[in-house]
This record gives sequence, C-alpha cells and structure tokens, in this order.
Amino acid sequence: MIRLSNVQKTYPARRGSPAHKALHGINLDIAAGEIVGVIGRSGAGKSTLIRCINLLEVPTAGSVIVDGTDVTQLAKRDLPLFRRQLGMVFQHFNLLSSRTVYDNIALPLELAGASKADIAAAVDPLLPLVGLEDKRDRYPAELSGGQKQRVGIARALSSNPKVVLCDEVTSALDPETTRQILSLLRDINKRLGLTMVVITHEMAVVKQLCDRVAVMDGGVIVEEGKVDAIFANPAHATTQSLLADEFLDYPARNNTAATAGQEEA
Amino acid sequence: MFATLAPILLQATLETFSMVISALVLGTTFGLPIGVILATSGRGELFEAPLFQKIIGPIVNATRSVPFIILAVAIIPFTRLVAGTSIGTAAAIVPLTVAAIPFIARIIEGAIREVDGGLVEAAQAMGARPFQVVTKVLLPEALPGIIHGLTLTAVTLIGYSAMVGAVGAGGLGDLGIRYGYQRFRPDVMAAVVITLIVVVQMVQSLGDWLARKADKRNI
Repeated sequence: MIRLSNVQKTYPARRGSPAHKALHGINLDIAAGEIVGVIGRSGAGKSTLIRCINLLEVPTAGSVIVDGTDVTQLAKRDLPLFRRQLGMVFQHFNLLSSRTVYDNIALPLELAGASKADIAAAVDPLLPLVGLEDKRDRYPAELSGGQKQRVGIARALSSNPKVVLCDEVTSALDPETTRQILSLLRDINKRLGLTMVVITHEMAVVKQLCDRVAVMDGGVIVEEGKVDAIFANPAHATTQSLLADEFLDYPARNNTAATAGQEEA
Repeated sequence: MFATLAPILLQATLETFSMVISALVLGTTFGLPIGVILATSGRGELFEAPLFQKIIGPIVNATRSVPFIILAVAIIPFTRLVAGTSIGTAAAIVPLTVAAIPFIARIIEGAIREVDGGLVEAAQAMGARPFQVVTKVLLPEALPGIIHGLTLTAVTLIGYSAMVGAVGAGGLGDLGIRYGYQRFRPDVMAAVVITLIVVVQMVQSLGDWLARKADKRNI
C-alpha cells in the first residue's frame, strides 16, 4: 500500500541555523490493512516521516509510493486530489472552532465539492461509529479532549480514505481516554480494513494498537519488526530505553528489557 | 431652540453615517484581499511571494504614516478625478476610503496570523487548495478578530469624518466647526459632542455583540 524507498529530507539552512538532515534514507513497506507504528523520541524524525507520506513535507530524495503511484512525482495542482485519499489525525486535534462537530467532519467532503446529500450520507453514519450522536451540533469548545479526538478521527474517515495517518493522536489525552481512542482506532481498522500509520513516543500505544513497529532514532529506522517480536527481544539500545520508560507507567509488565531498565533506574 | 437644532443635527448625523459606512464597505472590499495576501505571502506560506510582500508592505505603512488631515488635502486632485468634486459628503468618501484600506488590510492580516497554523496543515492534509484554505479555514476562524478590527476602524473613521468637515464635507464635524466654533454656539458644539459619543458607544456595542456571536471558542 505504501512503500518508502530511500526517503531523505534536509531542511535548508536559514538565517541563524545550519541545514538540518531530518531523514537519512528511510525504507519502509506498509501492507494494505496493516497498522504500522513508528516510534521514537522527539527529534527522531518521525513527524517528518509521516508528513512525507502525504507530501505536507516534500522529500529531498527518494520515492514515496502510495497505492502504486510515486506521489513525489505529482504536479503541485494534483496534490490536493491525492491527499483526499488519505485521512490524517493530529495530536492537537486541529478542529475548526467556528464549525460544529457535524460541519468539522463534513469539511473534507465540502473541500472535494460533494453535494449536501452526499455529505449527510457520509457523515451521519460516522457519528455513532465514534460515539458522538448526541454532540452533532456542538462546537469543539464544548467537548472534552477525547471527544475532540473522536471528531478528528471521524473527519479523517469522512472522505472514505484507504490510509489514515495518526500523528501522536493520544499524546494530549489522559491514560483512560488514550485506551478508549486506541480501541476505537483498532475497531475501525478491523471494520473498514484501513491501512494506518501511527506516530508515537509511547510503547504502550504500539503494544495496544500496532501490528508492526519501526523504531526511529536520529533520522534512521534502527529496528523494525512484528510488535510481539520487538517487545520480546528488543535488539537496539533505543528500543530498550523506550521500553524501560514505559515500565515505570506499567509496573505489572513482565518483560526482560523493561526489568533491566528498572534496575538501571 | 431645540426644534431648530434637531433637524440640522439629524441631517449631520446621517451624513456622518453615510460617509463612514461607505468608506468601511469600500475599504473592506479593497483591504480584505490585501490583508489576506499580506498574511499568506511570506516565505513558506500559502501563496509564497516574498517580493510582493516587500513591495506592498511599505506602501501600506507609508499610507498609514501620513496624518489623515494631510492625506485628505494631499489627494484632492485624486478625489476630484474620482468624485468629480473635492467638496461635499460624496467627495469625502474618497480620502476616508484611501485611509481605511491600509488600516483594514493590517487588521485582516493580524487576525489571520492569529489562526493556529495546525488548522492550515490539517486543511492541506484534507486536500484543500490554497484558495479553499483562505475561504474555508482562515477567514471563518479569524472572523471574531476581523469584526473587532472593523469596529475599531468604524470608530476611527467617525473621528476622521469629523476632520473632513474641515475641508468642506458635511457631517457632525462640519456642524461642530461651522456652527459651534465659528459662530460661537456652545450649545451646538455640546450637541455635536454628545451625539458623537452616543454614536461611538452604539457602534462599539454592536461590534462587540457581533464578535461575541461569531466567536465559538468560549461557549
């Protein structure tokens, strides 16, 4: 579904800051229907990586193939059409404060020029799917963080995308709300067969949501594999330290790497 | 005495209203697109055109740095060209509009820059074209700030419209200068000042109310 080949991104030098190489040749294959996590610490390049998939960031080199098309070759005016095939969910929700829940979810369809009837046909079934039937005409300011993220998820689904990109979607939420949002995403993935790319800095998110995981550090993928295998046998130091962080939050976990991390701490 | 003063006062108030409303509408018509371009033409922004910004920015600043009374006199040839005359209420709309355009442009620019950049990114991720980002995201989200700014503009224009009275336009300023000052009629002067205070209060209250209605951020 998605194939990243030798994707590189260098931010050019600006007054006061030298050129910065955020991605050093990323290779990653994501199969249709799969949930792939990309985990790393701040500055590892994971946000840049996910933005290279929908061309919010244009890679300096390499190719990004989505559904058989090398999207780095698309003309600028064709980008909006391509992006309508992808949904994106954000850490800070990015909902329009001037629009109701319904109108926020309808926005991607409005941008694509859909008729009022088509918009209603797409949005109405999404409200119960994300559990917001009773919030249809509310404004974002009237919602809790978890509810706002449900609107964000519904909005990402409204244009019926094949791929959903999740950028730190639970980082602004409390642990209980995080669990609810993750199980909602898992449920949506099963029901709709969507491909998901999940950026996070929390191993708990990877464990609960993802099929496969890629660990990033310093703009490269240092380790990649099935979630169970990585948790059972983390090879790279970055993976081990990320697991150790998590252990403090989840003391009941029985994991050798995590135990090692606790002893160090 | 009041019976003779009332019709003159009403007439002057209506003239002030017509000048201010016309200048506000025309000023917004030209100032809005300029403000949008100023807010979105920087490096890495929606309609990247740094050269354009470098040219239009100083022009806007230059217009704003000329005191209004000087501007009104200085552009009399232009006023004559547009309105056919440089005297009267219709002619006064020309300098008022010329002063309002850069003022409104800066206000629109400021209100748009207040909009969270994450919303622009989200809209682009949804497949919004740059023009759609402006119409569907930036302007609706900036609306409360824009209404506040236009209210400020309206109040400033009421003040300016009193000044154009000095160069031969009608309105409350003209009434105050000709009757109140030049004919030594303190009662007329007082009536003009009170009317101006009431009008400004009403405009400010109306603007605040509209801005509150448009603002869905604190419900």
